[in-house]
Amino acid sequence: MVYKIDAQSDRQYIEEFREKPIGAHSPGLQRLLNIIRNDPSGYQIVLICRKPFAEWVLGTMPPNRLDGPIVIEEGPVFSSREEAEWEVFRRRWRKYTGEDINTPFRD
Amino acid sequence: MLKIVGYPDRYSVAPGEKIAFKISLEEGTHFDARLVRVIHGDCNPEGPGLKFRHIKSAADGRYRGKPQRIDAGSYMTVESIPALASGAFTFSAMIWPTLPKRSNQTLIAQWDVQTGSGFRIEMTDGGQLAATLADTSGRTAELRSGRAMLERQWYAIAVSIDPLTGMVVLDQRPVQPYSRIADRAHASARLAVAPEAVAAPLLMAGCAEPDGTIGRHFDGKIDSPLLLSGVHTADRQDGYWRPVIDPSLLKHIIARWDFSREIRRTRTVDTGPSQHHGRIVHLPARGMKGWNWTGEEHSWTRKPEHYGAIHFHSDDLYDAGWETAVEFAIPDDLKSGPYALHVSSGESDRQATREQYIAFFVRPPRKRKAGVSRPEVLVLASTASYLAYANHGEHITARGAERQMARLLQFGHTDLYMYDHPELGGSLYDCHADGSGVCYSSRLRPNLNFSPKYHSWLGGHGSGLYQYNADTHLYDWLDHQGVDYDLITDEDLHSDGYELLRDYRVVVTGTHPEYHSTPMWDAMKAWIDRGGRLMYMGGNGWYWRIAYHDEMPGVIEVRRAEDGIRTWAAEPGEYYHSFTGEYGGLWRRIGRAPNVICGVGFIAQGFDVSSYYRRAPDAANPRAAFIFKGVKDEIIGNFGLIGGGAAGIELDCIATNLGSLPNILRLASSENHNSMMMLANEEFMVVPPNLGGDQNERVKADLAFGETPSGGAIFATSSIAWCGSLSHNGYDNNVSKICWNVLQRFAHPEPFKAAF
Repeated sequence: MVYKIDAQSDRQYIEEFREKPIGAHSPGLQRLLNIIRNDPSGYQIVLICRKPFAEWVLGTMPPNRLDGPIVIEEGPVFSSREEAEWEVFRRRWRKYTGEDINTPFRD
Repeated sequence: MLKIVGYPDRYSVAPGEKIAFKISLEEGTHFDARLVRVIHGDCNPEGPGLKFRHIKSAADGRYRGKPQRIDAGSYMTVESIPALASGAFTFSAMIWPTLPKRSNQTLIAQWDVQTGSGFRIEMTDGGQLAATLADTSGRTAELRSGRAMLERQWYAIAVSIDPLTGMVVLDQRPVQPYSRIADRAHASARLAVAPEAVAAPLLMAGCAEPDGTIGRHFDGKIDSPLLLSGVHTADRQDGYWRPVIDPSLLKHIIARWDFSREIRRTRTVDTGPSQHHGRIVHLPARGMKGWNWTGEEHSWTRKPEHYGAIHFHSDDLYDAGWETAVEFAIPDDLKSGPYALHVSSGESDRQATREQYIAFFVRPPRKRKAGVSRPEVLVLASTASYLAYANHGEHITARGAERQMARLLQFGHTDLYMYDHPELGGSLYDCHADGSGVCYSSRLRPNLNFSPKYHSWLGGHGSGLYQYNADTHLYDWLDHQGVDYDLITDEDLHSDGYELLRDYRVVVTGTHPEYHSTPMWDAMKAWIDRGGRLMYMGGNGWYWRIAYHDEMPGVIEVRRAEDGIRTWAAEPGEYYHSFTGEYGGLWRRIGRAPNVICGVGFIAQGFDVSSYYRRAPDAANPRAAFIFKGVKDEIIGNFGLIGGGAAGIELDCIATNLGSLPNILRLASSENHNSMMMLANEEFMVVPPNLGGDQNERVKADLAFGETPSGGAIFATSSIAWCGSLSHNGYDNNVSKICWNVLQRFAHPEPFKAAF
């Protein structure tokens, strides 16, 4: 049975992810990420690069490209990939736990 | 989104030869073009930045442009056949539908687009066999079988049409019936419309459309198609499968195509008396097992009668066929190397990119000029691998890619364009719309990720480069170091063989030379065995065997057989290349592991961050002294544009049991990889619980060196990310220094000592 995310026990990984969204993670955080990065609906959040190495927004890709275009968000606009990772992590955390993470990417 | 795209008519051109560019201009009427030498295609501000050198040439100028489209989808055409509907006829075949939910799939048609008349025998409405008849007054009538065929099941289908009476008979019989599945159908009716007897080509798996394209493609296999004059019952086709056909049946044959013949060619053979041979367009898959495959034989060369199927796909593509927009002759004195035609149609902004660097290579002259010496160093551009990854679209079609990349999938304007244009055709990593793997990849179409400035979704955190653009890190370093070199492509090596390598002392590879044909492999081995010095500057090289086509230039084939990291797997019984008859798959499974060529072999992959190497005891061996001249560091390559280190993306290691030189020195090994750098499939039998580099001691790259008995040598970096570290600190770093030391020694004529 796939591990069920539990807000109380998995909360410890939030700060670890915020500190380093890309790179080596603890086994617990990696497990969390492996689960939340999969959307059984087939919809896929993607990173839209509007200006290389400078500006990104998020988009949502339908399960099949014949189903329609990628829906591109106007904002928020990110100045780094890590910042975008944090925003997506927060959204997914809310989806799985119902809890908001209000901490900004960098204090 | 891209507003201008294109492709060259060849990837390799010699001085004095012409090269043509096919351009589609999505907005406006004109574009500017200029020839540039490609030095560095990485936009990352952490690196040296973009570098192109403008070369004045006949290409420079303003050109008229227009949108050009791609008409994808494979089919067979028979030009010479008479109008079938001039009398009663029967069509029968074995078919294996792979996407029955899609409507309007033509099995066979003779249709006149001007008048909209003729007939179509098709599969429609969820998989029902059907026939559509049309006359010149625009009237159409259709009969459907009433029951759907199942996906990936064989059916015997037979359709009789009598134009005089309007009688149509449909019969669909499953080869394997299943309990409670109603897919056997028989229908007949006298239709109110008689089909016009049209003098149009007979098309299989496609039908001419009013807009000039071929549409209504069939997804699936067709085997043993048979055209008979007159109306026949469905079971009649059984008589034509016998080795000796009853003479009374022979007189009815209009055409009887045998797809098990001439599998390597684009011709389809009609074994009937009139020889209505056909021609396949856009490369449907051949060498496919047919309805009668038993598993007793897996090679189509040994039992062709079991390989009578062609697998058509609605999204197959060989040649986009665009009109030429720019054509010019390469200047006679142009130095061999990487080039691009830079085309631009305006300023790029956040919404659109209005320029494109259409990459190609200038090889050395085909005939050596007397008295003109060539450089000692030859770069081998991995064009077979660029083709294998052409329009690599797993970030679009595969779910799970984000988990694999361990970060969000980035879409630049190029990726958004790719998303909107599936007709560009996929890479050898993609699947067709029907779920079957793409086994052919052609360069006669825009190859969007074969371009400077393209930042890939799987190229490692940082620059995010993979394949061609990652190789510009090497071109930049060679340029910075002032190395005089020639360059050839994989396709050149395949065509010209060992003779092309013979006179060079050093061959330098790119970052990921993964795909090799047998002639390429043999040529490289022959050169190494005769004293060549190979600088293998990447990872996961010489991994997959490919084949080139005898008749069709610029297309390669792979069969994802048996083993290896694969995004799709070939069907059992379909492991042999249709282009050559050779057994496909991993070179390792064929008995020629990568180690035999480059000293090391694939061990692990991970796409997020890279790591560093730690000096190993062999670094102190006097044989390696030249490599470490001026390099005292214990840690090597703890910096770089690809994932922040020199060891990343895909890694290789020494394995003498697989063919690594017994004398090979392990100069350094990478360490401290994370859990996402995982052991390759072929490296374990029982799935281990410690796949990741954080727990598996085998997950590492070995920096390696060894001499060959003929005075040559092999140097292997064993990492795709390695070249991303070359430019660090103004090119003054231990990765750069090691490479420079090796290159200087390898280019020196003194043989390496072969004996103690």
